Amino acid sequence: MLRFVVRRLLSTIPMVLVVVSLTWGLIRLAPGSFYTGEKALPPAIEQNLRAKYGLDKPWYVQYGKMISNTARLDFGSSLKYEGQPVNAILWRAFPVSAMVGLLAYSLSLLVGITSGLFAAVRHNSKWDYSSMTLSMLGISVPTFVLGPILVLFFSLTLYWFPPARWDGFATRSAVLPVLTLSVIYMAYIARLTRSGMLEVLRSDYIRTARAKGLSETAIVLKHAFRGGIIPVVSLTGPALAGLITGTVVVERIFVLPGLGTYFLNANLNRDEPLILGIVAFISITILVCNLLVDVAYAFIDPRIRY
Amino acid sequence: MSTPELIAGNSLFHQAMRRLVRNRLAVFGMVIVGIIALAAIFGPAIIFRATGYTYDYIPADSNLVKSFAPSWMHPMGTDNEGRDLLARVLLGGRISLMVGIISTVVSLLIGVAYGATAGYAGGKLDELMMRIVDVLFAIPYMMVVIVLLALFGRHTALGQLFLLFIALGAVSWLTMARIVRGQVISLKNQEFILAARATGVPKWKIVLRHLVPNTLGPVIVYATLEVPAVMLLEAFLSFLGLGVQAPLASWGSLASEGIQNIAVFPWQLIFPGVTMALTLFSLNFIGDGLRDALDPQTKRS
Amino acid sequence: MSLLSVRNLRTHFDTDGGIVKAVDDVSFDLEPGKTLGIVGESGSGKSVTNLSIMRLIPSPPGRIVSGQVIFGEKDLLKLPTEEIRKVRGKRIGMIFQDPMSSLNPFMRISRQLMEVTELHMGHSSKQAREHAVNMLQLVGIPDAAARMDSYPHEFSGGMRQRVMIAMALSCRPELLIADEPTTALDVTIQAQILELIKKIKAEIQTSVILITHDLGVVAGMADTIIVMYAGKVFERASAMDLFDRPANPYTKGLLMSVPDPLRESTARGELYQIPGLPPDPANLPAGCPFAPRCDKAADICRREFPPMVQVAPSHESLCHFAKEVYGESAHLHS
Repeated sequence: MLRFVVRRLLSTIPMVLVVVSLTWGLIRLAPGSFYTGEKALPPAIEQNLRAKYGLDKPWYVQYGKMISNTARLDFGSSLKYEGQPVNAILWRAFPVSAMVGLLAYSLSLLVGITSGLFAAVRHNSKWDYSSMTLSMLGISVPTFVLGPILVLFFSLTLYWFPPARWDGFATRSAVLPVLTLSVIYMAYIARLTRSGMLEVLRSDYIRTARAKGLSETAIVLKHAFRGGIIPVVSLTGPALAGLITGTVVVERIFVLPGLGTYFLNANLNRDEPLILGIVAFISITILVCNLLVDVAYAFIDPRIRY
Repeated sequence: MSTPELIAGNSLFHQAMRRLVRNRLAVFGMVIVGIIALAAIFGPAIIFRATGYTYDYIPADSNLVKSFAPSWMHPMGTDNEGRDLLARVLLGGRISLMVGIISTVVSLLIGVAYGATAGYAGGKLDELMMRIVDVLFAIPYMMVVIVLLALFGRHTALGQLFLLFIALGAVSWLTMARIVRGQVISLKNQEFILAARATGVPKWKIVLRHLVPNTLGPVIVYATLEVPAVMLLEAFLSFLGLGVQAPLASWGSLASEGIQNIAVFPWQLIFPGVTMALTLFSLNFIGDGLRDALDPQTKRS
Repeated sequence: MSLLSVRNLRTHFDTDGGIVKAVDDVSFDLEPGKTLGIVGESGSGKSVTNLSIMRLIPSPPGRIVSGQVIFGEKDLLKLPTEEIRKVRGKRIGMIFQDPMSSLNPFMRISRQLMEVTELHMGHSSKQAREHAVNMLQLVGIPDAAARMDSYPHEFSGGMRQRVMIAMALSCRPELLIADEPTTALDVTIQAQILELIKKIKAEIQTSVILITHDLGVVAGMADTIIVMYAGKVFERASAMDLFDRPANPYTKGLLMSVPDPLRESTARGELYQIPGLPPDPANLPAGCPFAPRCDKAADICRREFPPMVQVAPSHESLCHFAKEVYGESAHLHS
């Protein structure tokens, strides 16, 4: 197991470099530059700037420099936010996004698994149908529609939560963003739990458990749960990718100072160091999380041995 | 015993269709999607004939250049520029649906071709092809897509649309390839394929005539569920300002315009939002229904 | 006084293609300490019969329509769910065909064994553990104490079936139902498992119902045999009588299908097979369900459902020509 983890961690490095290279390539290939957005600069100043940022050297030299910097996790300073090191921005913005994402996903797991379990056990009942229809709604209502509607209702009509502000995690301003982000995953998790459990409840070993005289509750919680929850664990990988997009949108709606906002603006501003820094950081995060998911599989299913 | 493949092929299809039609939610979904699609295709022309409004018609009278609540003249109200919202929502429908369908078809073609080849070839080629897929899978797609769309092509609306197609199509073919490959691998060793090979059927014919039709089930289900997923992605991107650009509209971009004034002109967000939700809702039901119909062992509801 | 009395059991399944009468008016008795063999092809209803006894039929789509299952003076079909759970695992144990899929792959063997006695016999964890080790030793698992905490996939097929037997017999049930216990196993292991069942039956004094499609399996094990076809009992006799003088064309056909080196035709290299296929359970023909494949079938067989004829004490056959068939088989071994 240890060797597996180490091997995966090591393979993370080339993966991240590939992604960063791809991004770098896109940035350099794109027409225009950071400076074209601004007013036209006198040629002398432009010359100086180019020399300062090493833009006058051949592309492969610049590429090499970028790669070696990335490998040392040194992303330089932001172009737009004068003088601020990229790492400092990451340090500041990441916790916001991470917290919102984590809280949202935890909420989804809690509500989703519970309602999925109920739906599976009360198969074909009113509870089952209504929770499945609700979850279908959850999947279909886009985050950027749900968010503002929640704001309309809870902020602007009921005055329970602020519409677009960030005071910190344990405050009321966190409630709506977390809720908005979590709904879609709640829905997916509920459906997956339900179908996973139904599938398991049909299997032979559950029939054996019944033949032993165990109660339905014991069967569902002790025997079926472990196998039934596997699809939900599988969801976590792709869900992560979705969480990232979702967080960008939620940060837009609620004006949160998270990585998503910074990333979007960095792209619109062609802030190369910041773009590369965020891309590298997120890639590492995704790869590490995928690794954690694979490790989790080994804990749940004893047949899997790395 | 009758040949399982040929005869069962037909009757399985008919059985599946029967099951699908009995699924009321799926039928409901198909009806709704049908209505919306028809409205998106023919609606703008009808509106133009009837009222002269189009999606980008800004009234000459400056008194009318503001947002009106829904009324007989404008069933969905108008946006800040006085443009009829219904016309814009219908245009948005056209574009969103088109993007969803075309991207899915593209990814389908690429994915099926790639996956079937890898699965049937097996051995080193399969390994190599799947390695590539694994590497591509690990790329955080949305980030790269955002970079791509932000940096290129924001100059013309059509250019952006084209880029959007490419970006979205590139995202989903990977999963399709994996699904198809999995199916092909499990089918490859089944007896009817061995029989075909034993009677000298050439490889390409085997792939095309025997393997592909039998993988259709999961492929169709995946594709039907992929369309709303891609539409959602496009909507997200347009919402962030990276997707469809003015004066064109998609539901996502309409939502981003609408959200600015949610407090005072809520209809600007609600109409496009609800329409989109309804469409996605219906498409998801159809996808679900297809899955239940084509995979009879898993009676999920 | 019978241990188990099944009377007029009917279990139906609602399917897309119609109602399948998987078990259609089946009756039999089991005396304490005896082994009953239930023989039939796939789809004959033998497994469903036994699942019905313990009310393990998935419903939907199945339902037990009518009948009685009298076990120790109570009708199991009428018991409330709470009560039937107290019977399952405690007074009736069941082992299934495929030990790989019948054991929970996510749970250790020890846990799966211990939970039975903890539930039914009120064992503490320590007691349950000791008891489980004993059971494993009884069924012949080497190094039981050490291997107890393994997972099912770490055992071989034969071992897993032994574990299942240990699990089913943990509470010393009065009845063990073995549903095709050896079908998924290698031939050599089959023999071992059957021997094990025999041995345990003697030690714990359980009665056994053995379900199989393999006549060879019942031959050495059963006291009484019933032959099932299309959800009905076609013949019922003691094992000796059934093999010696079958009274039903179907039974005869089954016996003929087993290659017998002493038989002339087998020596010639010919293999016998009952012509045709088992009927579609949703569309049974009127009259005798075996008529389409029977070489003795006459018009009456196709028109009228056959009666259950008693050809000898404790020997019955469902056939219009039962007595003739019985008579003929007296000459089988000449």
